Amino acid sequence: MKISKSRIIKNQVFKGLLVLSALLVILPLILVFIFLLQKGSTSISLDFFLNDPKPVGEVGGGMRHAILGTLIMVSIGSLIAVPVGTLCGVYLSEYGKGKIATSLRFTIDLLTGVPSIVVGIFSYLIFVVSFKSFSALAGAFALSIIILPIVTRTTEEILKLIPRHVREAGLALGLPRWRVIYNIILKGSRNSLMTGVILAISRAAGETAPLLFTAFGSMYMSYNVAGPMASLPVQIYNYAISPYKEWQQQAWAGSFTLIIIVLGLNLSAKFLFNSKKLKKFFARKS
Amino acid sequence: MNILKKLRPASPSKQDKLAYITLRFFSLIVIVLLILMVGQLFYASREAFSEFGFKFITDDFWNPIDDEFGALPFIFGTVVTSLLALLIAGPVSISVALFITEYLPKGISGILGTFVELIAAVPSIIFGLWGLYYLAPFVKEMLTPALKATLGFLPLFQGPSFGIGILTASIILAIMIIPTITSVAREVFRSINILHKEAALGLGATKFEMIKIAVLRPSFSGIVGALVLGLGRALGETMAVAMVIGNTPQISKSIFAPASTMASVMANEYAEAESDLHLSALCLVGLLLFVVTFVVNLVARTIVWKQTKGVSK
Repeated sequence: MKISKSRIIKNQVFKGLLVLSALLVILPLILVFIFLLQKGSTSISLDFFLNDPKPVGEVGGGMRHAILGTLIMVSIGSLIAVPVGTLCGVYLSEYGKGKIATSLRFTIDLLTGVPSIVVGIFSYLIFVVSFKSFSALAGAFALSIIILPIVTRTTEEILKLIPRHVREAGLALGLPRWRVIYNIILKGSRNSLMTGVILAISRAAGETAPLLFTAFGSMYMSYNVAGPMASLPVQIYNYAISPYKEWQQQAWAGSFTLIIIVLGLNLSAKFLFNSKKLKKFFARKS
Repeated sequence: MNILKKLRPASPSKQDKLAYITLRFFSLIVIVLLILMVGQLFYASREAFSEFGFKFITDDFWNPIDDEFGALPFIFGTVVTSLLALLIAGPVSISVALFITEYLPKGISGILGTFVELIAAVPSIIFGLWGLYYLAPFVKEMLTPALKATLGFLPLFQGPSFGIGILTASIILAIMIIPTITSVAREVFRSINILHKEAALGLGATKFEMIKIAVLRPSFSGIVGALVLGLGRALGETMAVAMVIGNTPQISKSIFAPASTMASVMANEYAEAESDLHLSALCLVGLLLFVVTFVVNLVARTIVWKQTKGVSK
């Protein structure tokens, strides 16, 4: 059978368009990388990690306070959100029926879709208004609301991959259900559960909007969680929109650091998690 | 019966109950958290609502100095940038999803998929920085003259360009929502029955025709769902937009003009709001944004869920 020429041409043109769109999608990512490498890497030095900022005009200074601030707030945020998120995920995968489970699923869906700036306002209303001061705690709370739904989601998805017969085998051995869940299901998939946590943390580390009016930012090193605290993204924002060349330079260096942290976490999570491996692991064990 | 009772461990039911109650307790806490969030937003915005009522969303002046607030410019900015972003990102994302699912061999498709996912991982602030120092000059010097030369007879493409403005914000938004649309579209395409595809090929269709008949047509509603989900993300995106849109509360015919979105006005004014009414008005904007993204996400999820459940296997 002969295929008419116009059909072949259409086919080829279509394929060409698809290839073009694939290139178009990757292009901005590459451009962002080149931009950050060009501008950021040249202004990065050891000083940048070891010093606090200096006033405009003075040479040097770094973002030590902001890097540590991000670290502190993300840590507190995940300390709140990871246990709660994991428990919710377990509830959804192991018991997930009935009214509460349905509303929880709905809630998690909604929380994923809530714009992060709205989360920031909520945290502001709860913490900053009642304590009358911007605080790192308020920022950490906002970040925990960002982390929570991601952890719950991934926990549920990962636990659902575990075949039923693993649970049945545990129960048949006479183990109570909570032991089956804790010792077999949770411990067995510990590594994959970590990926969800890492992904959530990498997401939270780059969040700016919810920190703008909760942690607010600061130019000094601070360990006081009840007061304002700098964070890498907010510092980048403040520097980027400033009119000073030195500060803009700092913003690029900060972005370079931030993207390496975030993408590093992201890729390592991807490397850790392999659902096929998980399935195989449980198939062998039982 | 007796033997069975003896074999049963001491009292697992009590511990099991405790574990179950704990899980339920934390689940309830999360649900309450969301209710609290909505409640707080309502409570904090009541002052502005009682002052302006529904005129808040139809009035187009925003003047913190005289305590006059109308959110129309921000609603306009949000809607226009999001729709424009969807217009740019939609065709591209769906093409990429098709390319990954239908054309690429498994190994390479994984790599391209990872690349697309990496875009979603890049923090918003970095896109903002890039947009401010790289994309905005590009738009001003290259894109604007080109658009003016070809489509300049439309009011959409007239007026001066400062680089920052609706167009630049839309391009950044488009880049940021491509991963969302692509991943959902991939899921939709994957749920298509392979027999239909084989049937189309067996009848002598070219690959393009097969995709048109057996892939795109049955997944139409799923694609719409993916687009709506992308729209939901674009509506709430804050930092990148705040950095490149110019932050001017105005409604303009030209897409080169600076504007402001609901998210960006909150980011810009919240920490500096002085009067209670100003703060309350910003909360009302937040509440509006919350409600809109909620509805949009709900619609999208329902469509996508129906598509991937209904057609699969």
